[in-house]
Amino acid sequence: MSIEIRNLHFTYGEGTPFRKEALRNVNLEIRTGEFIGLMGHTGSGKSTLIQQVNGLLKPTAGEIRIHGKDIHSKGASLKDIRQEVGLVFQYPEHQLFEMSVYKDVAFGPTNMGLSKDEIHSRVVDALDRVGLGEDMQEASPFELSGGQKRRVAIAGVLAMRPKILILDEPTAGLDPKGRDEILGEIGRIHGKGDMTVILVSHSMEDIANHVERIIVMDKGEVRMDGPPKQVFQEVEHLEAMGLGVPQVTYLAKALEAKGCGLEGTVTTVEEAMAAIRSLLGPPGPAKGGGIHD
Amino acid sequence: MIRDITLGQYYPAESFLHSMDPRSKIVLTFTFILSLFLAKGAPGYGVAFLFLVLAIRASKVPPRFMLKGLKAVFMIILLTVFINLFLTPGGAVLFQWGVFKVTRTGLETAVFMALRLIFLIVGSSILTLTTSPISLTDGIEALLKPWEKVKVPAHEIAMMMTIALRFIPILLEETDKIMKAQMARGADFESGGLVKKAQSLIPLLVPLFISSFRRADDLALAMEARCYRGGEGRTRMKRLSYTRVDVAAALVVAAYLLALGLLARWL
Repeated sequence: MSIEIRNLHFTYGEGTPFRKEALRNVNLEIRTGEFIGLMGHTGSGKSTLIQQVNGLLKPTAGEIRIHGKDIHSKGASLKDIRQEVGLVFQYPEHQLFEMSVYKDVAFGPTNMGLSKDEIHSRVVDALDRVGLGEDMQEASPFELSGGQKRRVAIAGVLAMRPKILILDEPTAGLDPKGRDEILGEIGRIHGKGDMTVILVSHSMEDIANHVERIIVMDKGEVRMDGPPKQVFQEVEHLEAMGLGVPQVTYLAKALEAKGCGLEGTVTTVEEAMAAIRSLLGPPGPAKGGGIHD
Repeated sequence: MIRDITLGQYYPAESFLHSMDPRSKIVLTFTFILSLFLAKGAPGYGVAFLFLVLAIRASKVPPRFMLKGLKAVFMIILLTVFINLFLTPGGAVLFQWGVFKVTRTGLETAVFMALRLIFLIVGSSILTLTTSPISLTDGIEALLKPWEKVKVPAHEIAMMMTIALRFIPILLEETDKIMKAQMARGADFESGGLVKKAQSLIPLLVPLFISSFRRADDLALAMEARCYRGGEGRTRMKRLSYTRVDVAAALVVAAYLLALGLLARWL
């Protein structure tokens, strides 16, 4: 499903001394099946923007079209929109409330008024997608580890079978292993169908490793929009907004400045490895001082 | 949504009243509230009204914020007016319809009672609008201090109030977040009958309770890690001190009380 955002403005607490302009003239077009990384410093308006997309917040001005349909027009049901646009909040494990993992994941599908069999198949499928086996179904969600809790919460959204999946900082507060697992699962979920995925993250590495397109926000406006290679070229620009580029890009840039003949456009470790390999020539038996992998 | 609710309703601004010491503001507000019970007749209430207008001007808070507080107690005021209007005997009968009888005294009592309530609420709103919750509790603690001799736990009361106040915005934000997260999963908090509505709160209340306990635990640990052990021997970074502003305010209130007293004597 495609998302179109036109001239979107949003202000919190309009008409009070605490009014705060959160979004200013946002224009975006997101096509079906894209994998998008949304970056921005704290307070840049990322979270506000994603809440606009599934109708949890109402724009002060402007419009949002999901698959061509204005979500705030008459006749559009916000409940339907929220089924199509699945939103996983930051620290989603804080929303768990049921006695068992199974029941918690079933909460969304139950609200959709599905049949028991349908709910069952969706819950099992969703848990499987996030890598939780059948043996976990009857466990209390509060006994699980942090990473497992988070996966249960993500499964709770997946069970609604959204066509657009938005994840707000899905790796915040997880250890490196948990982070890689969750990101890998998100990548697999995206790879499987034509689901549109928007990943909000602070981590340049997470974004560089997974997404096809990066949208950078600052002070409520969209500042950059393009493929990772292009966006991560603008180091100074990103740093001025309190962001940065992946560590490996910094390294490649430093090597480029030293005149190693390496291009400073790499954004992932794999790319860097391949680039350095090709610079050193084809691997032969007489490999001098080299790269150990 | 919930974010719009500002509890403690503090209105940040730089004004004469904002710069006063919380202790003097609390004491003077109480003085004003007590004075309302001394005011007699139209001139008395006129003086009180003038004083309120002066105070509102000196607070730089838009008057509509003062009136917000009235909305909540509108029904109580209305009820008071009705009871006084119909049930006060004495004086000439102005209007009679069946058992309902309105007398002159009844009308007067009703009007003055309503004014007294309105002034009382607006007066105390001025205190909460111009004093941040934290300095309000500081003021209360300082005023309760002398009572510690008779075992009033002044510091503990103030600390409890501070923590409670500090947690209100956090819990509101948390409620907002969990509500949105459950709404994103198709939860419906608005429609349905009473039972259904109550049931729909479970997905909100369970996570909220869990996070409150977690936060309380974290806070207790953090306080202990910083060697908190109650109020004994504790010093403060921000010390309360009376300034010229407080003296001026006290003089204005004294003048107001004098005017009220003189009026009561003459009439």
